[in-house]
Amino acid sequence: MANDNLFRVCPTTGLQFHKPAEALMKANAVVAVVILLVGGVLALLVTLTRWPAVHLLAADQFYQALTAHGIDMLIFWIIFFEMAVLYFTSSTLLRCRLATPRWAWAGFALMVIGAAWTNIAILRGDSSVMMTSYVPMPANPNFYLGLILFAVGALIGCFVFLGTLVIARAERTYEGSIPLVTFGALTAAIIAIFTIASGAIILIPTWLWSVGYISQIDPLMYRLVWWGMGHSSQQINVSAHVAVWYAIAAIVFGARPLSEKVSRSAFLLYILFLQLASAHHLLVDPGISSEWKVFNTSYAMYLAVLASMIHGLTVPGSIEVAQREKGFNRGLFEWIRKAPWGNPVFSGMFLSLIGFGFLGGISGVVMGTEQINIIVHNTIYVPGHFHATVVVGTTLAFMALTYWLIPVLFRRELILKGWAKWQPYLFGIGMSVFSLALMGAGTLGVSRRHWDMAFTGTALGYEYPGSAYVMMGLMGISGVIAVVGGVMFIVVVVGSLLFGRKTEEAPRYGSETSVLPLGPAPRTDHSGLGVKGFVAPGTFVFALVFLTIFVVYYFINWKYLAAVWPMS
Amino acid sequence: MSSIMPPHQKIWWKQPIDRVEAMWIAIALLWSLIMFAMMPFWHVYGKQNLSNEAYRTTPEIFGQKVQAMIDRYTVRTETDQQIPVVRPPAGSDVYLAGRLWQWWPMLELEKGKSYRLHLSSMDWQHGFSLQPLNINLQIIPNYETVVTITPDTSGEFTIVCNEYCGIGHHSMLGKIYVVE
Ligand code: HEM
Ligand SMILES: [Cu+2]
Ligand SMILES: [Cu+2]
Repeated sequence: MANDNLFRVCPTTGLQFHKPAEALMKANAVVAVVILLVGGVLALLVTLTRWPAVHLLAADQFYQALTAHGIDMLIFWIIFFEMAVLYFTSSTLLRCRLATPRWAWAGFALMVIGAAWTNIAILRGDSSVMMTSYVPMPANPNFYLGLILFAVGALIGCFVFLGTLVIARAERTYEGSIPLVTFGALTAAIIAIFTIASGAIILIPTWLWSVGYISQIDPLMYRLVWWGMGHSSQQINVSAHVAVWYAIAAIVFGARPLSEKVSRSAFLLYILFLQLASAHHLLVDPGISSEWKVFNTSYAMYLAVLASMIHGLTVPGSIEVAQREKGFNRGLFEWIRKAPWGNPVFSGMFLSLIGFGFLGGISGVVMGTEQINIIVHNTIYVPGHFHATVVVGTTLAFMALTYWLIPVLFRRELILKGWAKWQPYLFGIGMSVFSLALMGAGTLGVSRRHWDMAFTGTALGYEYPGSAYVMMGLMGISGVIAVVGGVMFIVVVVGSLLFGRKTEEAPRYGSETSVLPLGPAPRTDHSGLGVKGFVAPGTFVFALVFLTIFVVYYFINWKYLAAVWPMS
Repeated sequence: MSSIMPPHQKIWWKQPIDRVEAMWIAIALLWSLIMFAMMPFWHVYGKQNLSNEAYRTTPEIFGQKVQAMIDRYTVRTETDQQIPVVRPPAGSDVYLAGRLWQWWPMLELEKGKSYRLHLSSMDWQHGFSLQPLNINLQIIPNYETVVTITPDTSGEFTIVCNEYCGIGHHSMLGKIYVVE
């Protein structure tokens, strides 16, 4: 077979890397970090413009930078990194050769070209249409074309992932079922395929419209299908970062899921119900019935929310059990007090979990309620919500994983360990405050994607309350702190790749050796663990605190709603 | 390192559920059901609901309706741009257009009276964001939304555009006056 001498075993983790997969993971991760840097510079410019006391950019530059920031971060950074995650969870975790590396490289090349293409279109200045590019506002055709190329590349990556799972099964590289983390990645890949299909259905006609082959695109239909992509892609992120949480819990603590059945079923709920939840972007649109909105947000979205609430319990729960088994069994919280808070792999993951649940999760469900959306839609509350989900949640989880990948995948030691230790806190807490400030400003009516909340020079004018300015100032300060955290991440990562000490001299690649055995049996005797027969009582208390905040905040928003003009 | 290894039991779906998990799932499901019930409940008992009334239209047709209302009910004009302020009779159909970069015309309504407010866009998508109340609606060309509003506070209200609509987006404002 051609795959002789293409495998190396990592001496510290025992993981087995297939050379082509390894190269692809590195390439995707490196491009992802470069894009994160670009997106981060844009984040700083955008933040300094929305901070009323600074108001840095001119209007046209601001809209241009915001379009690029949204696309580079939400689409390019995240999906490049997810490609690395897909290859890792298939080829590496299953000890399997990667399917069709050539196709994987072709997909990668398309993604790089597409990303560059769209960025150039935005840079030229005639495509400042925001990532949503709502018709009939036109962008340069190259804007859509770049996105289409990128999507095709990502689609190829998803199929390479699926192909690798098929090979692993056929060649029996593992016993039993695929690991939970791979299962989560599979969820992400399946949703990704649905997502990219929606994207193709809407972006290809839009591109044809922009070059004049199609005379009109219905704007409401556009919104419906676009969000079939735009929202589902967030579900890719959630599935991927939840998989990363489980992976880090396993790596750092040797944690195993409380029960495989529950965790896997929760991933299945994502596949079944998240697509339809894109309805919550259309809650105040005309021509869509309340029945449809209620059905889709409740039946569909709440079952997916249920899934996230389950993961939110089972991930820390599995850590708690692992810690208690190690002897940190006193009281409710010894397991978490004695966790390795100085290890950025853990602290990043845990802050990601907390921020995603408490800030992103609660705010998302609240504003996704049909009627409450009236007081939130398109205010800056919305970016507040999704910076908690996709930045504190997804991005920070990926950062945490990167700290672990540097020695394992890139075989370099981390430089600036002190920076690495503090980085998750600066970034995670900075971004959390940033999100809260935006939510506050949004509750006070400040609009998103808006260059000048003071409306200087307009004939009519409007003055937001002073508290809204305070919130936007807080946003500016905390945003800059988060940017500093982001810069620290990039310095540590790039510095380690360039200057970090090599962890081993030229690794030895041999032919495939072992089969991935079944996981360790769970300790059936938990009698000594936990409190009063509960193995994870501390996590359960956290969960109840979470629920209380959720319930209170939910009804507070109904109260806010009840204060506005009656309408029907 | 078990979550990154195949499950210990090959038939993982037969593994029993942990007690903590089972309780949490029950609680979370119950909460999801409560949240679901709140929406229909509010449709019946709440006062702030979205209308389901909407029509297909075109900028031309909608523009004519706006103009007809302006011709009949304008009471004065404001600013250098001579924006008409329209005072339609209580209970009537009121038309408001979003266009680059203005809400057209201004409205003067009576507190406590209901109006059927028709909203549409003459060009791109816009966002109707009524401040300081913070009522937000998506305005889409070729679709006409009808929402019955009953202003129950008086004063000057500003319509901010909160859907990005090009380089003049941040200057797109409108006014609704509510008089006693
Ligand atoms: C230090 C980190 C970051 C800061 C300070 C920051 C700041 C901002 C600000 C101020 C806005 C403008 C809000 C508005 O005016 O509507 C924005 C928009 C946005 N950001 Fe970030 N951001 C950061 C990182 C990220 C990351 C990592 C992602 C994605 C993974 C992201 C995704 C987005 C998206 C999707 C938008 C909306 C663009 C649009 O409205 O079309 N941001 N960000
Ligand atoms: Cu507008
Ligand atoms: Cu606008």
